[in-house]
Amino acid sequence: MYKYLTMLLLLFLVFDAVAQDTLKAVKVESTRKSLKKSYTVTANTTTMTSHELLKAACCNLAESFETNPSIDVNFSDALTGTKQIKMLGLTSPYLMITEENIPSVRGASQAYGLTFTPGTWVESIQITKGAGSVVNGYESISGQINTELIKPANDIPFFLNVYGDSGSRFEANVHTNVKLSDKWATSFFLHNNLRLSKNDMNNDGFLDNPLARQTNAINRWQYTDAKKGWVSFINFRYMDDEKQTGQVNFDKNRDRGTTNFWGSEINTQRLDVSAKLGYVFPDMPFQSIGFQNAFNSHKQDSYFGLNQYDIHQQSYYSNLIFNSIINNTMHKFSTGLNFTYDRYNEFVGVPNIYGNFDKIDNSVGAFFEYTYDNSDNFSFIAGGRIDSHNRLGTFITPRLHIRYNPWEKAVVRASAGRGKRSANIFAENQPLFASSRAFDILSSGGNIYGLDPEIAWNCGLSFSQGFKIFGKSADAGFDFYRTDFSNQVVVDLYASPQQALFYNLNGKSFANSLQVEFNYEPMTHLNLRTAYKYYDIQTDYLSGTSERPLQAKHRFFANLEFKTHILNIGQQWKFDVTYNWMGQQKLPTTASNPVSERFPEYSPSFSLFNAQITRTFSSIFEMYIGGENIGNYTQEKAILGSSNPFGPNFDSSIVYAPVFGQMYYAGLRFKIK
Amino acid sequence: MKNIIIILVAVTGMSAQAQEKKNKNAKYTVEVNGNCEQCKKRIEKAAYSVDGVKSANWDVETHKLNLIVNEEKTSLAAVKKAVANVGHDTEEAKASDETYAKLHSCCQYDRK
Repeated sequence: MYKYLTMLLLLFLVFDAVAQDTLKAVKVESTRKSLKKSYTVTANTTTMTSHELLKAACCNLAESFETNPSIDVNFSDALTGTKQIKMLGLTSPYLMITEENIPSVRGASQAYGLTFTPGTWVESIQITKGAGSVVNGYESISGQINTELIKPANDIPFFLNVYGDSGSRFEANVHTNVKLSDKWATSFFLHNNLRLSKNDMNNDGFLDNPLARQTNAINRWQYTDAKKGWVSFINFRYMDDEKQTGQVNFDKNRDRGTTNFWGSEINTQRLDVSAKLGYVFPDMPFQSIGFQNAFNSHKQDSYFGLNQYDIHQQSYYSNLIFNSIINNTMHKFSTGLNFTYDRYNEFVGVPNIYGNFDKIDNSVGAFFEYTYDNSDNFSFIAGGRIDSHNRLGTFITPRLHIRYNPWEKAVVRASAGRGKRSANIFAENQPLFASSRAFDILSSGGNIYGLDPEIAWNCGLSFSQGFKIFGKSADAGFDFYRTDFSNQVVVDLYASPQQALFYNLNGKSFANSLQVEFNYEPMTHLNLRTAYKYYDIQTDYLSGTSERPLQAKHRFFANLEFKTHILNIGQQWKFDVTYNWMGQQKLPTTASNPVSERFPEYSPSFSLFNAQITRTFSSIFEMYIGGENIGNYTQEKAILGSSNPFGPNFDSSIVYAPVFGQMYYAGLRFKIK
Repeated sequence: MKNIIIILVAVTGMSAQAQEKKNKNAKYTVEVNGNCEQCKKRIEKAAYSVDGVKSANWDVETHKLNLIVNEEKTSLAAVKKAVANVGHDTEEAKASDETYAKLHSCCQYDRK
């Protein structure tokens, strides 16, 4: 029993601040739900298992949230083919995105980082709305997304996944695993994807999605000695990603740097090395030490027509954490130190800005987080950290999460916290490079591109109640969050269609989000998830208070899933349908453009359907087919000024709906257990 | 001579006692009778109410209560007594019929 418990603890607890939460989430697994919300977890955390990721095309992490109402997936723009995600109405720079609790999508990787983790590598994803934990840092404002990759000790010897779609994208994933001894195990994952043929469904002369090629490989080593309480992970990872987009006739060897045809290439190489060491005291399973170190190098070379953008970030991250109890396990604490070093070499060549923005950032911080759980109906996590950063100064980050179960199957949660970050204005706004916009930084003399750090407070309240309808389980609930910026680096696209302004907030900026959810299982194996979301996001721009552009005020989401019984050798059918309705979105101003190159003030509202059928023939082999955007809704005009891409009205950054129409895909999975 | 032997015996006795240091993280597994999630909460709460109990985890399926106890502060017997006081039997400590009768209907486990 204790060996088993120690194993669990080792795997789930060592590095994890919300350790007790994770353990509880694991227990819920017996219900076999692929999206798990617990009544006993303190923070508003949803755990997505790998089963959830199998419900959609899901080629990489950016695409894995399609069936989850907490996260809004935007549409891939024609330029990068990357789907941006939002939580509480705020884009990914305001989220803390970690991989096994090491910050992964940050700085240079902010724009495309989520596409650099293939979906098949993922074991589970924990999504926390609101302030989050202080253990991993001070940067998160609207939420945290942590991804756990498949652990070598639990992996199967061989896995193969092949995928192809009507957008001529092909993918292959191969996993191998060897258990070298009862303590050592190693996995090797190789991912390849490519898109070789050009698609221009809307006949605007531009590719609808980029030509792409990615090679991504990881080698993981795991050492586990459950008896003595040691666990260690060592990871080596390399990725090479190439994208080309622009006009169909663009030839990169012939036309780069000329005005013959407009084209763009984004080439990224990334190297990651990380090591973790965890020790659980054999006599005291509630006490542990974790030490993690990560180094990565992220190099992007790119051009967008005549604009050029290169960034190379080298980072080192280190985290030491000690978990223990005060008196008994009702009172737990985590404390430790973080160190972060980032070295950026950045070159920007766009209208109005031409030059290097090299910089070095470093910070050192200490945190303490206390968790009280009366092991019945009340718990809270109170955390604080103090950091000293060469650009952000010395500052304190407090965070608080409270959970209370007033009666059976009901949970009330509240959270509040502060976040602070430096905005990497170019890396985070790369789609704007694919326009004729002149970039203007209205400097305040601050030391981050002349601007000040972003600071925001986030607080939230949620309620959820489980009940029965005709004897079948259902739950309903709501959550409300408000993010208030004390300072924000405002990206202003309302001043002029030929300008992108960056300046410090002068006045108010806030994001209110309300989500109302209803989930029901009307019969065994039939599952319905619905959510309505309301966003009120306003910022004081130079031109006055306005909604944030490209943000629907109202959204509706529904997902219906049906599975047949699993037969003796694992045969099963799974059906999945997802519906998304999006209300109108305010668009960046184009009023001063010639009539033919204007967008209306608001985009139309529209609906999207996705569906998938999976047939499992046995526990070793399954196939799936599916369709995305089955209703074939597309943005009427995807690119402004497409007839004259080097002219003043060119803009491919305003994407409010899919550019590519219907897409059908098929794939197979083969496992040796 | 007799006195010396007595002193020697006393000294060895003392040193033996000194060596038998109290375990600050003693692990025990005790069978505690109960039924459901409500019982689990009651049992664990009772165990935690004893000063020196660092960890208490009762399994609904196996009826096993896993304990980590600081023996400098308390003993296993004290924990069993505390659990019995809220209505749950162990082999050594039984709840009073009165307390048992007051348990919620779903918690009315079969007494041995």
